[in-house]
Amino acid sequence: MKKAYAINAGLVLTLFAVITLLFHLGILNRFHNGLILLVCINIILAVSLNLSAGFLGQLVLGHAAFMAVGAYAAAIFSKYITGSEIGLSGTPLLIVALILGGLAAAVAGIIIGVPALRLRGDYIAIITLGFGLIVQSLINYFRTYTGGAQGLLGIPRLTNFNNAYFIVVITVLVLVCLIRSRHGRAMIAIREDEIAAEASGISTVYYKILGFTVSAFFAGVAGGLYAHYLAMLDSRAFGFSYSIELLVIVVLGGLGSFTGAIVAAVVLTLLPEILREFQQYRMLVYAIMLIAMMIFRPKGLMGTYEFSVFGIFDKCKKVFVKFKRKGAQ
Amino acid sequence: MFEMFVSHLINGLQIGSIYALIALGYTMVYGIVKLINFAHGDVIMVGAFIILFLVTGAGIPFIPAVLTAMAGCALLGVLMEKIAYKPLRNATRLSALITAIGVSLFLQNAFLVRFSPNPRPFPRPAISGSLNLFGDVSISYLALVTIVVSAVMMILLHFFVKGTKMGKAMRAVSEDSGAACLMGINVNNTIAVTFAVGSALAAVGSALYASTYPQVEPFMGLQMGLKAFVAAVLGGIGIIPGAMLGGILLGIVESMTKAYISTQLSDAVVYGILIIVLLLKPSGLMGKTTGEKV
Amino acid sequence: MPLLEAKGMGVDFGGLRALSDFEIAIEPNELVGLIGPNGAGKTTAFNLLTGVYAPTEGVILLEGKNIAGKKPYRINNMGIARTFQNIRLFKGLSVIENVKTACHAHMSYGILSGIMRLPKYWREEAAIHKEALELLSVFDMADLADVNAGNLPYGKQRQLEIARALATRPKLLLLDEPAAGMNPSETQLLMDTIQLIRERFGIAILLIEHDMKLVMGICQRMVVLDYGMIIASGKPEEIKNNPRVIEAYLGE
Repeated sequence: MKKAYAINAGLVLTLFAVITLLFHLGILNRFHNGLILLVCINIILAVSLNLSAGFLGQLVLGHAAFMAVGAYAAAIFSKYITGSEIGLSGTPLLIVALILGGLAAAVAGIIIGVPALRLRGDYIAIITLGFGLIVQSLINYFRTYTGGAQGLLGIPRLTNFNNAYFIVVITVLVLVCLIRSRHGRAMIAIREDEIAAEASGISTVYYKILGFTVSAFFAGVAGGLYAHYLAMLDSRAFGFSYSIELLVIVVLGGLGSFTGAIVAAVVLTLLPEILREFQQYRMLVYAIMLIAMMIFRPKGLMGTYEFSVFGIFDKCKKVFVKFKRKGAQ
Repeated sequence: MFEMFVSHLINGLQIGSIYALIALGYTMVYGIVKLINFAHGDVIMVGAFIILFLVTGAGIPFIPAVLTAMAGCALLGVLMEKIAYKPLRNATRLSALITAIGVSLFLQNAFLVRFSPNPRPFPRPAISGSLNLFGDVSISYLALVTIVVSAVMMILLHFFVKGTKMGKAMRAVSEDSGAACLMGINVNNTIAVTFAVGSALAAVGSALYASTYPQVEPFMGLQMGLKAFVAAVLGGIGIIPGAMLGGILLGIVESMTKAYISTQLSDAVVYGILIIVLLLKPSGLMGKTTGEKV
Repeated sequence: MPLLEAKGMGVDFGGLRALSDFEIAIEPNELVGLIGPNGAGKTTAFNLLTGVYAPTEGVILLEGKNIAGKKPYRINNMGIARTFQNIRLFKGLSVIENVKTACHAHMSYGILSGIMRLPKYWREEAAIHKEALELLSVFDMADLADVNAGNLPYGKQRQLEIARALATRPKLLLLDEPAAGMNPSETQLLMDTIQLIRERFGIAILLIEHDMKLVMGICQRMVVLDYGMIIASGKPEEIKNNPRVIEAYLGE
């Protein structure tokens, strides 16, 4: 067990070192830097949406709105701090801002979730959809704080590859460990059969709200990263179509697989950039993929598969044993 | 003051009756297959494009163009059901909902790729002038036509559902499709007809909507569809009179918010009301509460 | 004091009387049968006892505490577990995960210990892993621990549901037609298992069954429902010859 931790930590650090090296060698340039940051942000959004949609089984159509709440809260805070006498700057300021953004989104999650999650069925989809539109409408209305339709400008540029990478790692780690605890089992049980979960002694309302809130929290963190990467915010970026794009990522990767969500987030963020001419057809292809996936592979490409070093090791061993046995015959 | 109020009320009624007409499509489909057909809003867009091409491209008069659009949308509705929704009839609600979102995205982006995002002017019929009601209050003939056409459509639908054999079959399938099937009702046909009728009504809705806001573009169905859907949920999804009530109520609330509170807040108020209604009465204003059977 | 005592329990659904004046008292470690024709209100009684519906009237005392109208998970935490007539397993999870999920309430590590994997997490997870395997071996299912629950054969699914209910460490276990859809030899095996569970775990069991003969052999007492009312209760031999019971089962 301890060995698995060491190997995973090693892999994470190696990937970090490799990318850093590529930057130093000039193989990756500023354009790539921006792309990688977008990938990081989308990974956080995808894994957090997967918590509510994939593991908890609640269709959330307003994930981008939680991101928006986090983004604006974090940006307004760090703008204020930067303009004040308080000597907080750089990554420490970013971390405080992200936590604040996350908490703001979590509070929004509780406000929406506490009443909505008591109801069964499709209501959470409808209510989160409505919530997304309300958030946009409020951002435009309170323009003294948010910049309204002109956008919020002058946000300190604090996000860089170094801090974004480790924030992604921490997010994934927290969510994976949460899901693999008794609390995570309770959430998965709700997805599988809510009535049976309740009859097995699990407070379904509590765990639905918990999962939903944690999911909103990390969406808020991603929003904060986004704000401090672009240095400006525009409410239109957080519309219904972004929420749907995130849903596409999670559905494609596998509802209930963090590995799938991460892979899909990387691929679907990079693909349109690599295939520029593809841009025009991107959403059309997404639409066809969504329908085809639901009809032919409703569990996503990865299903509930999770990558693990030992899993691969085990598989190799099995194949090897089989091979040896065949050889012996 | 009072005259202003009445004219806002008429505006609300005008847009509300279009909401109601489109909400019917959502509610009928939900009632029968328990699916939120997210693509219904985009049927409006397709309908508007059909009318646009028939009138400006082929020079066909407006009314026959609308009738053709009704047929075209009905066909689109049936195709949508057969290709995307039918294979998923026994899948989880989540899968079906995601598919519906997929169909909606597909229609929007197929039209975007083919016809560009630029809005085109809609060849609205030349209904101008207005009827003086009393004092300074008048109602435009367009508003009058919109309200009357919507009302006639809803009355026709009411008789269709209550009075005809097909209507009876629809009600039977929505109660219990298994039992309906055993009674010799062709469930597949009934579902197809439901989609067709709902989509044809959406085509009428699109003619009225585009005559009021004469612009046609690939995403025009999104906002309209969402509002109509809210109307359906507000009245109680699955209940036909509920959709009418919800639509008109929503139209009036929206028009009043725009007039007396703030244009930017109108979305927040509309969806805020939706959330509050769902919390207080989850099954909508006219709905009955039902729990899951254990 | 009886373990469970329901007094004057009744419920209407929109004016329809589904159950009225239901009375039952179950002693610790007793095996009681609840029988009656289809639609008599047996499952409704279960749903009231386990909190799925709140009774319109009456009290339900579990060890002297009123549980009427409490949430299902609270009632489960207080000591009543159940199975369902139409099996409700966590089909996408493995057999052992199904059982572990039901151990939820008697684990105590918090969310932070879970995320940070503090020693308490490892200790408790190891303990329930062992407990779950032991429980599965009672049903001869330890070797199926990693199989997907949805892929089990029907009879095994029923047994797993019982194992999952037992994992919540109940004082009273409610079984809703556990033999439904089984052939005679499977049914006999199941009845033996039920006896075994009662002895081994020292719990009381309330068993719904509409086949009267089946439960006669193993129940110490029986309650007969018809049209939402209790028409008889007592020892199996008394029930067997009760004219009202015979009438309910055979009709006029």
